[in-house]
Amino acid sequence: MEKIKELISNKLPNAIIEEGKYLTITATKEDFRTLAEIVRQNDVLCFDYLAHICGVDKDGKLGVVYFLSSSADMSKNIVLHTSTDDREHPELFTVSDLWDTANINEREIYDFFGIRFINHPDMRRFFLSKEWKGFPLRKDYADENPLSLESVEIDDHLSRLTFENNEVIEAEEKVFEDEDYVVNIGPQHPATHGVLHYRVSLDGEIIKKVDPHCGYIHRGIEKLSEGLAYPQILHFTDRLDYLSSHINRHALCMCIEKAGEIEVPLRAEYIRMIMDELTRIASHLLGWSCMCMDMGALTAFIYGMRDREKILDIFEENCGGRLITNYNVIGGVMQDIRQDFQKQVSEYIKYQREKLKEYHAIYTGNVIARGRMEGVGIFSKEQAISFGVTGPAGRASGFHCDIRKVAPYSLYDKVKFNEVLRTEGDTFARYIVRLDEIEESLNIIEQLIDGIPDGDFRNKPKPIIKLPAGEYFQRVETARGEFGVYLVSDGEKTPSRLHFRSPSMTLVSAMDTISRGEKIADFIAIGGSMDYVVPDIDR
Amino acid sequence: MFDFQIVTNWFDELLRGCMPEFWVLTIEFVLVGVILLTLYALIALALIYGERKICAFFQCRLGPNRVGTWGVLQPIADMFKILLKEIISINHIDKVLFYTAPFIVIASSFLAFGALPFGKGMQVLDFNIGIFYILAVSSLGIVGILMAGWASNNKFSMIGAMRSGAQLISYELSAGISLLTVVALAGTMQLCEIVEAQADGWFIFKGHIPAIIAFIIYLIAGHAETNRGPFDLPEAESELTAGYHTEYSGIQFGFFYLSEYLNMFIIAGIATTMFLGGWMPFHISGWDGFNAIMDYIPSVIWFFGKVTLLIFLSLWVRWTFPRLRIDQLLHLEWKYLLPINMVNLVVMAIIVVYGWHF
Repeated sequence: MEKIKELISNKLPNAIIEEGKYLTITATKEDFRTLAEIVRQNDVLCFDYLAHICGVDKDGKLGVVYFLSSSADMSKNIVLHTSTDDREHPELFTVSDLWDTANINEREIYDFFGIRFINHPDMRRFFLSKEWKGFPLRKDYADENPLSLESVEIDDHLSRLTFENNEVIEAEEKVFEDEDYVVNIGPQHPATHGVLHYRVSLDGEIIKKVDPHCGYIHRGIEKLSEGLAYPQILHFTDRLDYLSSHINRHALCMCIEKAGEIEVPLRAEYIRMIMDELTRIASHLLGWSCMCMDMGALTAFIYGMRDREKILDIFEENCGGRLITNYNVIGGVMQDIRQDFQKQVSEYIKYQREKLKEYHAIYTGNVIARGRMEGVGIFSKEQAISFGVTGPAGRASGFHCDIRKVAPYSLYDKVKFNEVLRTEGDTFARYIVRLDEIEESLNIIEQLIDGIPDGDFRNKPKPIIKLPAGEYFQRVETARGEFGVYLVSDGEKTPSRLHFRSPSMTLVSAMDTISRGEKIADFIAIGGSMDYVVPDIDR
Repeated sequence: MFDFQIVTNWFDELLRGCMPEFWVLTIEFVLVGVILLTLYALIALALIYGERKICAFFQCRLGPNRVGTWGVLQPIADMFKILLKEIISINHIDKVLFYTAPFIVIASSFLAFGALPFGKGMQVLDFNIGIFYILAVSSLGIVGILMAGWASNNKFSMIGAMRSGAQLISYELSAGISLLTVVALAGTMQLCEIVEAQADGWFIFKGHIPAIIAFIIYLIAGHAETNRGPFDLPEAESELTAGYHTEYSGIQFGFFYLSEYLNMFIIAGIATTMFLGGWMPFHISGWDGFNAIMDYIPSVIWFFGKVTLLIFLSLWVRWTFPRLRIDQLLHLEWKYLLPINMVNLVVMAIIVVYGWHF
């Protein structure tokens, strides 16, 4: 890290380098491009994984924050800042050619902050329609968009900004050509796992281009959070990726607890972790069964749902909720576990291990299933890193990205488990990683379940929580990959900016690259193997 | 064994005794039509109920269990529901093709259904090219499916129809050649003669290896022709929403649904007739006592029993396997089934010529 610091200060003497929990570098608009290139391409430690990229409106300036890790050593992080004073025509340079994941994220920033990125290949709004007035996440945004009942055509024109002779030139292009055979997969379609809309251009059965169209169920959670106190924000996280509700909430709780220096009793940590892993198993079971259903195996789907039900029953008894558990609170968990919790969970572990064999028998070994999955939708490790694809999908490509291993939180450094890694990067690898992870999660729970210590289940903080001014990051491993919380506090009881790093969004952004040249049936299978959840994209 | 022809002949003579031939024929045609239609509907209902129950047990569920005891009235309730549903009219479609397509599909399956020998003497049409006729009319259904897909003005339907065309035409070859193998063994295309020829042993035993191969290939190809999983690509629920019948509603959709179930029955019926002796009881030549006992079971029960067994097999496959991809599907047909089938036909011809069969 010292070397990186030296490298940057040599090349960019104007950049402001701060050392806190993370190495933070602030650069001006003009210098930023050089800074990004140094960070991405150097001989010392190249930061090739862009975890967070989010816009901020702070002190009258519109800026972007980049949170980077190195795939070689994910615990090494660096934070980059850049901003512009121009609020009329804010323009910054894109980094989408350095990190592919920036492509879709910069569109989101444009959508919410109005910052246009020069040289970005596809500068359309992402969640909102073209007609939307204003940029909602700016601090001076006043809503002037009456509820419209008119049908709005999907915008097919994209603008591309280029920078020549100190002047920004705008050029228009079309997403699809007129002669393309464009099929809408979604928003109402049996296999899109929610209200997601892909426009797919086909050549016979072969896919030429995929254009994801999001925002059908966007709820503006990040904007809503800015007006609410910390304990009130918590329940939103359950509704992001509702299949990893518990883990998402764990992330935000941890972020607030670390920032506010609130201690969590050991008993609560144990309970949180067991619940996290149960959530992960439930999510993987659903992912597995939906993938099987997408490929036409309904029986396997029902098997998965049957076993997931057991976990939901455990949740129901202990948390009160089945899907949206509402269980984590700042300082611990909402209520204590019930007396027979340990017994139930131990029984479940035994039951699930047996059932895993059944899954392999009915589906993994099936010759048709193997033919449909092996060698289809290959995604290389480099692509996975560049697109920021983490979780089971990233690990199937050999990306060592399990946050539980690389940046352990809670008690993950105290339990023994293997990170399931495969190198093929095809649909089958993504499929089998998920099943193997269920087994690892069962192992983790088994190590914890009998050792839950006595004591408080919650450390009650003060009713009004104020976090010291500053910016805070917290990353956890959900069932779909790295979930991140980025929190900026002004010292008030509400956050000034709260951004969630959505693992599903990166999965969707990679769909175009993975499925080009594959058949339409494979597109569905690949989508199943990526296992994205739409509310996580449309935050 | 009771010959149903006794009943039909008696009825025919009764009518001829009191009216001219024109009226006799008219009454008989109408009666046969009504009986077949009723049978068609009843079998469809039974199949729908059976499938839902069986698939429920495969999936650790109970299946329909609210309407009537064990839910037996569920398909009837469903039938009324589908009859009462509104037929939604769609803009920008080719109206003529769109509205005739379901009729072509159901007519082709009905024509094939009518020619099946259900029992001894229970056959409407028995002419010397029986099996050829069944193959010809049952493959007419594809025209209806293509029409439905084309006329719907829907991209999903179009892809579904194109897939269906590729699939049915390919698998028709395999089905045809595997039946030809049996025709070579039987020496006739007339269905009643084919069944009679199996009196001292079903063809699957008589023709041993080539007959068994032909039987398996026919089951695969026939299963593919019914458009059911793992060969349900034309519908491919998770890919194409509902394929060629996406835009259909009410009873028009009901026709597609009905013909799908009946095609399953027809395929099983043909396989039974050609390989498993049709309505012929299980006979072992020389064991006269045993054969006589077998003859006590009515021929209709033999036929439906075998058909049920084959349908169960097809349901088992459907609810276990995931869907194939279109290229894998065609690969299977053109690179494996068809060459094996052709060699098999030659082997059968040699066996017949040298008399190596039983």
